[in-house]
Amino acid sequence: MTITQQILQQLINGISLGSVYALMALGYTMVYGIIKLINFAHGEVFMIGAFVGFFSITKLDMGFFPAMFTAMIFCAILGVLMERLAYKPLRNAHRVAALMTAVGLSMLFQNLALAHSWIGASAKGFPQVFPLRKFELMENVTISSDRILMLVIAIFLMIALQFIVHKTLMGKAMRAVSLDKDAARLMGINVDKTISFTFALGSSLAAAAGVLFALNYGIVVYQMGLLPGLKAFVAAVLGGIGIIPGAMVGGLLLGVTESAVSAAGGSMFRDAVAFAALIIMLLVKPTGLFGKNVREKV
Amino acid sequence: MAKRFSAILQLVLLLAVGYAIQMAMDAELINRYYAHVMTIMAIFVVGAVSLNLINGICGQFSLGHAGFMAVGAYTAAIITKNPDLILPAIFTGNIRFILATLLGGMMAALVGFMVGLPSLRLRGDYLAIVTLGFGEIIRILLLNWDFVGGASGYFGLARHTNFFAAFLLSIITITIIRNFIQSSHGRACISIREDEIAAETMGVPTTRYKVIAFVIASFFAGTAGSMMAHLTQMVTPASFTFILSIELLLMVVLGGLGSISGSIGAAIFLTYAAEALRAFRAYRMILYSLLLIFIMLFRPKGLLGNQELSLSLLRESFKNLRARWRRKKKDGITAAAE
Repeated sequence: MTITQQILQQLINGISLGSVYALMALGYTMVYGIIKLINFAHGEVFMIGAFVGFFSITKLDMGFFPAMFTAMIFCAILGVLMERLAYKPLRNAHRVAALMTAVGLSMLFQNLALAHSWIGASAKGFPQVFPLRKFELMENVTISSDRILMLVIAIFLMIALQFIVHKTLMGKAMRAVSLDKDAARLMGINVDKTISFTFALGSSLAAAAGVLFALNYGIVVYQMGLLPGLKAFVAAVLGGIGIIPGAMVGGLLLGVTESAVSAAGGSMFRDAVAFAALIIMLLVKPTGLFGKNVREKV
Repeated sequence: MAKRFSAILQLVLLLAVGYAIQMAMDAELINRYYAHVMTIMAIFVVGAVSLNLINGICGQFSLGHAGFMAVGAYTAAIITKNPDLILPAIFTGNIRFILATLLGGMMAALVGFMVGLPSLRLRGDYLAIVTLGFGEIIRILLLNWDFVGGASGYFGLARHTNFFAAFLLSIITITIIRNFIQSSHGRACISIREDEIAAETMGVPTTRYKVIAFVIASFFAGTAGSMMAHLTQMVTPASFTFILSIELLLMVVLGGLGSISGSIGAAIFLTYAAEALRAFRAYRMILYSLLLIFIMLFRPKGLLGNQELSLSLLRESFKNLRARWRRKKKDGITAAAE
């Protein structure tokens, strides 16, 4: 295996892994952009999405795409409920209060899943819904059918999101609210509805990411949201939090870095890479790759 | 002068009480199980009060307090278990343990500085995610470090911690942190919590004070970790997980963000509750997270707010209650008259 082949192979692995991070990072970044809150429960939405997909396939005998769609709808509703019940009352409170609520929600979902008789502590195998095939792109450079599927769906969802944000009225409202909530309200935009819509959108993307992740790694477990959630946040920060294209680029970048490190023999420290990347980014350019320095107004 | 004298007198009295309890434990007047639980309570008081310095006083949000406890615990455990590593072999027994605890705290403080500096420079919530990540990374690194036993943990530590040691540590922690809060540094920290931009405009070097508070809190977390390790006589990566950080967070929130006495009370209460609810272990975390959410929704400053529990507060609230009751009675009378 030559070095070029190795690099190409890791690039492919990294991009397909990174596309999942990017999907999740979009949820973080949109919510942060609009209400300046790190939604800690986002990783758990990812986990719940994966489980809804899993049970739709195993218990309801759905096909893969209907199952993913069910998971996305379910999590969209969950996201709206979360926002309405837990975050909305705290919108004007001290930000630490909202953050703690988010952490509380994250713990709540995780432990409810743990205590639920269908889920429990042990990891479950995600069914291999499509026959697994490997395509040889070049000598020693392969990509599996699942990875292609993951990449295609992720790219499709990102394009759909770009369309919603830039071409629809709701997207326009989202951009307006994230720019200036009060001015948006004066212009007759229903801010509450827009925020709920943002949560629905972000959560459904996380659900899709969860199902794709589960399909690729073949397992679902109640703690699966923790590390991908953390990494997706790092991806969002890398690209510049609040900036949608930034989240996509950040996700891909993180995915590629991670596969590069595990290929270089540091698979043990794979999980530490994201953390190191975050620290370095915060030291060097805290606004992220695409971020502009915004002066804070009082 | 009289004030200082009475403060010293209070301290001496407290220590005497602690020592008396320890003697009662040694004489087995207090059940060994209770003795163990009381020691854990004292250790959690250290953890909760130090976390309160970051979350309550400074208004920052750390989610990795257990990670700093792990750093302190492992550092101290390495020192006490290897008689000629790091510290020269002339220090043995309890002296070695005390020095190891201090070094564990310093190591945690150093790590706290490295973690805190990049994230505290920025406004916003980066600290939360960085500390959360830090806790996870520490766990992963410890799992893979064979020298300290990897996943199975580091066993066979001597049992150096007794109730009095933990009690003494908690008194030291409370005294230092209380004095810090009441100093000009503490007021600077409070001003950051209340309004960071305003504080900066008034010339408070916000980053420096946030880092100072964070490092102090990490130090005490490290010492608490060392105490815990030498109480249970082992450390494993599983002893200091995210769940412990959440428990400490709940103690701070329950007691009131910024209230030292609240944290102490909540630490004692929650440790007791965790023991009493052992049968419902599976549901404990569900309960805790619901509690956290509901307190935040209905009393975002915590149960006690930032008030300190003291006799004058009790007197005050009693007075208020009585005044309210009187007013009600009067209202009732006037209503009846109409």
